[in-house]
Amino acid sequence: MKEPIVRARDIRKSFGNVEVLKGISLDINAGEVACLLGPSGSGKSTFLRCINHLEKIDGGQLWVQGERIGYRRSGNKLHELKEHETAKQRAHVGMVFQQFNLFPHRTALENVIEGPTVVQRIPKEQAIEEGRQLLARVGLADKANHYPGQLSGGQQQRVAIARSLALKPSVMLFDEPTSALDPELVGEVLDVMRSLADSGMTMIVVTHEMGFAKEVGNVVHFMADGQLVESGDPHQVLEDPREPRTQAFLSKVLA
Amino acid sequence: MTLYQATEDEKGLSIVPARYAGRWVMAGVVVLGVVLLGYGMVTNQRFQWDVVGEYLFAAPVMSGLANTLLLTAVSMAIGIVLGIGVAVCRLSPNPILSSAAWAYSWFFRGTPLMVQLLFWFFMAALVPKLVLGVPFGPSFFEISTNTLISPFTAALLGLALNEGAYMGEIVRSGIRAIPVGQTEAAKAMGMSRLQTMRRVILPQAMRVIIPPTGNETIGMLKYTSLVIVIGYSELLTSVSIIYSRTFQTIPLLIVAALWYLAVTAVLSVGQYYVERHFERGFTPHKAAKPAAAAKAAPVHAAAVALASGPEAELEKVK
Repeated sequence: MKEPIVRARDIRKSFGNVEVLKGISLDINAGEVACLLGPSGSGKSTFLRCINHLEKIDGGQLWVQGERIGYRRSGNKLHELKEHETAKQRAHVGMVFQQFNLFPHRTALENVIEGPTVVQRIPKEQAIEEGRQLLARVGLADKANHYPGQLSGGQQQRVAIARSLALKPSVMLFDEPTSALDPELVGEVLDVMRSLADSGMTMIVVTHEMGFAKEVGNVVHFMADGQLVESGDPHQVLEDPREPRTQAFLSKVLA
Repeated sequence: MTLYQATEDEKGLSIVPARYAGRWVMAGVVVLGVVLLGYGMVTNQRFQWDVVGEYLFAAPVMSGLANTLLLTAVSMAIGIVLGIGVAVCRLSPNPILSSAAWAYSWFFRGTPLMVQLLFWFFMAALVPKLVLGVPFGPSFFEISTNTLISPFTAALLGLALNEGAYMGEIVRSGIRAIPVGQTEAAKAMGMSRLQTMRRVILPQAMRVIIPPTGNETIGMLKYTSLVIVIGYSELLTSVSIIYSRTFQTIPLLIVAALWYLAVTAVLSVGQYYVERHFERGFTPHKAAKPAAAAKAAPVHAAAVALASGPEAELEKVK
């Protein structure tokens, strides 16, 4: 059995007195497209943010490609890593945000080459060439010199995907990538994600797009109240859910 | 079902803008006021415009102006660097650093600049000797405070340290204006705290920081006249030395005022260009100069852009 790309064991996280993750354990294997579904407040975004240590976990253990995230173990203690050490770990994990979070003072191409040139110190010419190829891959080669403010939401999100890919991550995290988009722009972003999945990228997607989960996802994890309720094949979970909480959620969403 | 067609009568009637009599009356009052003011300035002999002309480019006035500009530029430069440091410390998770930065702002904003200037000038009375060495241990180097603190260094210390406190608040407000998503995106890419600050946060914060910094610079230009109390010879000191000799007080004050106005005008123009520079990406309506390929049909644009003009666009990116 190969080492999973992401291995999470009993992940716990609280904000103040509110425990938002109550012990999540799951594996994400290489090449898998895992969709996290669940009502808002169920902790799925928080779990995603724990994977690249944007949120510190309060309990449990997490590995990406066999490397423990955020901590170093010695004996029975976990020592928190310093900021520059976690920064290094993050570069292997790409992240796409609901609000795109492109750098508004840089053009599309400058956004894409920022990580490679600043973090990985790749020569600028090479980064530009690879950046152009990535923009072409998301269908935006002609927008290279546009600023984010001159692009539609869908185009911005595609640039954001290209920006994450530029660091050649081993897993891509998507935090509700289409929730801030006008309905007619959702398709173009899902298309890019679909082609990314077809290319074999490991993806973890927090989404409300049931169609995408069914069509592109290999596995669906349904979360509620900070717990993993049900995992399985998308068709089984979405069409014939076993757990009452999954059934209740789906009947509301699909109604 | 056919679409309704508007009749001729429903279509093109011409529009007459509303007219406001009150606005015309107010405008007339203002114009009259300006004319009276100008007439008075030209005909009132006590303005002594000939004396103004005589001293406007006089050597002592010029050297005073040069000192004013030097003091303004160096104090602002130090003040801005200090301000960035203070702001970063204020926002630091380290409680000692953030309280120290807070205390600095509190002290230098809470005491009159005039007092601070005098304090630095008379520092020798408090600390007669400055020593470089191991704390509570041996010293390597000693210097008398009076040698080190000239009127210029006292003026510089007073103005720059005071400015640092104000700039700290301005920079802090600029940093805080940037949405947290920008920091998260930079972090997610593996950027360090310093890289995030330098490449993502500060360039965007500049948009918020520049206008009040322009204010501060213009303010500083005039605050430099306070150093008259410690005898540093800047613009106002220079003209006051002349009029105390010739008693041509009004024309010489006009000379000083004209120079302050002229420099302020130049600074305002400079501010416009600096603001425009940091406005990159924030003016969505003004489209970026489209690359040649961008005009091609969008469907094929991806391929065309790569095939046709990569060199030209490479130049732009560099």
